[in-house]
Amino acid sequence: MKALSSLALVVALAALAFFLGRVEPLRVVLGVIIPYVAIAIFLAGVSYKVIVWSLSPVPFRIPTSCGQQKSLSWIKAGWLENPHSTPGVVARMALEVLLFRSLFRNTKAELREGPRLIYGERRFLWLGALAFHWSFLVIFVRHLRFFIEPVPRLVMVLDRLDSFFQVGIPLLYITDVTIVAALLYLLLRRLRDPQVRYISLFADYFALFLILGLALSGVWMRYFARIDVVAVKQLAIGLVTFSPIVPREVTSLFLVHLILLSTLLAYFPFSKLMHMGGIFLSPTRNLANNNRRKRHVNPWDYPVPVHPYQEWEAEFHDKIAAAGLPLEK
Amino acid sequence: MANPKPEELTQIDYQPGRKDWMNPAVEFRKGVFCYSAAPKNLRYLGLPNPREWQPFDKDWKLPADWKRTILEGMRERLRKFRSFRLFMDICVRCGACADKCHFYIGSGDPKNMPVLRAELIRSVYRRYFTTAGRVLGRLAGARELTEDVLKEWFYYFYQCTECRRCSVFCPYGIDTAEVTMIVRELLNLVGCNINWVVEPAANCFRTGNHLGIQPHGFKDSIDFAVDELEEITGIRVEAPINRKGAEILFVVPSADYFATPHYFTLLGYLMLLHEAGLDYTFSAYASEGGNFGLFQSHEMMKRLNAKIYAEARRLGVKWILGGECGHMWRVIHQYMDTLNGPADFLEVPVSPVTGTRFEHARSTKMVHICEFTSDLIRHGKLRLDPSRNNRWNVTFHDSCNPARAMGLLEEPRYILRNVCKNFHEMPENTIREQTFCCGSGAGLGTDENFEMRMRGGLPRANAVKYVRDKFGVNLVACVCAIDKATLPTLFEYWVPGMEVAGVHELVGNALLMKGERERTGDLRGEPFQEKEASTHA
Repeated sequence: MKALSSLALVVALAALAFFLGRVEPLRVVLGVIIPYVAIAIFLAGVSYKVIVWSLSPVPFRIPTSCGQQKSLSWIKAGWLENPHSTPGVVARMALEVLLFRSLFRNTKAELREGPRLIYGERRFLWLGALAFHWSFLVIFVRHLRFFIEPVPRLVMVLDRLDSFFQVGIPLLYITDVTIVAALLYLLLRRLRDPQVRYISLFADYFALFLILGLALSGVWMRYFARIDVVAVKQLAIGLVTFSPIVPREVTSLFLVHLILLSTLLAYFPFSKLMHMGGIFLSPTRNLANNNRRKRHVNPWDYPVPVHPYQEWEAEFHDKIAAAGLPLEK
Repeated sequence: MANPKPEELTQIDYQPGRKDWMNPAVEFRKGVFCYSAAPKNLRYLGLPNPREWQPFDKDWKLPADWKRTILEGMRERLRKFRSFRLFMDICVRCGACADKCHFYIGSGDPKNMPVLRAELIRSVYRRYFTTAGRVLGRLAGARELTEDVLKEWFYYFYQCTECRRCSVFCPYGIDTAEVTMIVRELLNLVGCNINWVVEPAANCFRTGNHLGIQPHGFKDSIDFAVDELEEITGIRVEAPINRKGAEILFVVPSADYFATPHYFTLLGYLMLLHEAGLDYTFSAYASEGGNFGLFQSHEMMKRLNAKIYAEARRLGVKWILGGECGHMWRVIHQYMDTLNGPADFLEVPVSPVTGTRFEHARSTKMVHICEFTSDLIRHGKLRLDPSRNNRWNVTFHDSCNPARAMGLLEEPRYILRNVCKNFHEMPENTIREQTFCCGSGAGLGTDENFEMRMRGGLPRANAVKYVRDKFGVNLVACVCAIDKATLPTLFEYWVPGMEVAGVHELVGNALLMKGERERTGDLRGEPFQEKEASTHA
C-alpha cells in the first residue's frame, strides 16, 4: 500500500509535469520558477538542519569502539576501527563516507535446527548501496557539463571513463545502468524482505521511486527520445547565470526530469535523505576514543544532589566504629 | 506457571505479523518484563511520581500532565544531545541492524529490531517536532503520544540492554543504547521505572553500593575473604579499607564481595595485589564500581559516580584501580571524567611494580585491572603456573561495554593465555566488537524477566555451545559482574554444565605466591589436575 501510493505520487508528479509542460504559459513555471524555489528550499533547508544539529552539543564522548583500544605500548591498537587520534578519526570517517565501512560488516543471522545460530556474510546491501551512491555522484558530476561552458576537464574525463565501453550511440554510460540496477535492487529488497518491508514507511518508498523516476526519465531522454541537448544546456546555463529562458525546443519530457529533480531537492531537507549530512556529525563515529587520556567537557553540566562522605559517615557512624574502620569524626 | 522449556523458546517465528507496527499493542506477559520500582526507592532518590503500580495494571496512575512532561522532556533532550537529535533524523531504515540485536534473534518480535525500537520514539518525534509529521501525520510516519505508546516504550526500552551491538553495524553509527538511555530518562520523568534499576541506585546512593551493604558488612566480607585466602595459601594478605595515604584506591563492583562466582575473582584480586606489593585501599563509601544510574538517567549516573573521585580526594590517593565490571567501565571510561572531573588532584597512574605510566588514563586517572595485570605479566613480575587451571578449557566472553565502549579486547586475552593452557575463541561474529550480550544487562537481570533473558542470551549461549561441542570448552571467562551473575542461569538453561569465572579468578589459581603453602586445590576448593582438560567433547 505504502509502496503503491508513493509510486502513484511520483507518477502523478511526472504526468502533471508532462501535460502542464505543453501549456505554453506554464513552461516558465516548470522550467524556471519551480527549480529556483526548489534550490532555495534545498539550500535553506539543509543549512537550517545542519545548524540545528550543530546547536545541540555533544555532552559526552561516546565513540563505538570496534577494535583494540590504545592502552599499553606493546598491544597493537586498532587505530582505524577504534581511533585514538584525529588522523585515525579522519580515516575512519573517510571509510564510512566513501566505502560504507560499517555496512560492509553486514551479516545475516539464521536459526537452524539444533538450535544452531549461523551468521553468514551479507554484502549485497553494501554493494547495492555503494553502487547507487557512487553512480549518483558520478551522474551528478557528469551533469555539470550542462551548467558550465567550457566544460571542465575533470567532467570530460569522467564522462569518457563512464562511457568506457563505447557501446551504442549515444554512448552508454556505465552509471546509468548501475544506478537503475541498484535502485531496483534496493526497491525489491524493501518489498521482498519481510523484515525490511515491515519497517518501511511511505517516505522510504517515495525516495526510491522519486530517484528512480529521475534516473529513468534521464535515460529515456538520452537513449530513446534523443532530446535537443543544446536547448537543455541553454536552459541550464540560463538558470545558473540568473538569465533564465525556456527554449522552444525543450520538450515536456525534459520538464518531467526537471520537476522530479526539483521535488527531490525540495524534499531533501525534510527527509531521511539528510543522512548525507548527518553521517559527518555522528558522535559514535567522529570522535576519538581517547576518553581517559583527554578530558571531554559537557557544556550544560550542572551540579546534582550527591551523598557526601560526611553524611554517609554520620549515618553509619556507630557501625563504622564497631567495625574498627577509621573515622573522620 | 513453569518457565518455558528451551525447545519451546526456539520455536521462533521471524515473519512479522500483518498488523501495522504503528498501532501500539503490548501484552505484559509473565516472564518478559520487569516489575515497577517500589515507591520507597523513588522517594529516597527524590524521583517523580512514587506510587504502587505494576506494568500489567490497566491504570498506570500517571500524573495528569504526563504527556506535556514527556514532550517537554523530549524538547529539552533534543537540545542537549546531538546524538538524540541526529538519531531521530537520519535513519534510512535500511534494516542492517535488524538481526544484530540479541533480543530480536531470540524473540522474533519485530519491535526488537533496533530500527523499530527507535521508531517507537521517532514516530512521536515526527508528530511533535517536525513539520511533515505535524501536517501529514501517519503518512509521514508520525503518531500521537498516547498512554498505549508510553506502555510500548516501557516494554521495549526495558527490553534493550544498551549493548551497542547494533551501532557497530549501522552505516551512520546510530546507537540504540543512546536512544534507550534517553527514553528511559523520559519514562523516569513520569515515574515509569523498574525496581531492578532503581533499588540498586537507591542502595548505592545511601550505603555506597548496589547491594545495600553497610560499612561493617563490607568489612566482614573482605575479612572473610582474607581468612579464606589464608586457609588456601597460608598467607595472610592485607586488605585495608578507608585507609588514608594509600597510593591507590581500588574500586570493584559490589557483587565481587557478595556473590558467587564473583567472590573467587575477589580472592584473585587480593592475591595479586598482595603479590605485587601494592599500597592500596578499598573504600566502604565508594564500595561500588558499577553504576545503575547509567540505566536510568545521566543525572543519576553522575550522582552515583561522584563518590569515586570524592573518596579518592578524601583518602589522598594518587590514582584509582578498577575491578572487573562491564557497565562500570562504560561509565569510568566514557563518562566519569566529564561528569565529575577534572581529577586534577590525582596523578597520572604509574605502576609501582613495573614503572609503566598508563598514559592512556592520564586524565581520568583510573586503570582497569586487566591493563594493570597484563602489564605485570608482560614485565615478568608474576610467577604463574598455568597448569593449575588444567581442569578448565576456557573461552572468553567479551562484555558489551568493555568491547564496544572502550576496546578492552587484548588485555584479558593476554592474561588468559598466560594463566591457562586451554583457550579457544568463540566464532568471530560473536566476540570482540561483535560480541553478544548476556541478555540481562542494563538492569534487566531479574527473575521475573526470565523468559526474555533466556531469549536475549540465546546467541551468546549458542556460541558457547559451539565451542563446547567443538573444543570441549567448560568455562566462560569474562570481566563483568552482571555476566557473572546472569550467565550461570543462562548456561544452565541452554548449555548445562558450563561454568563462569572472572579473569582474575584464573589469575589467582595460577599465581605462585612467595611463601605459599603447598597448594593442592584452586580457589573453588577443587583439586588441581595434572592432565589438561580434554580438548574434545
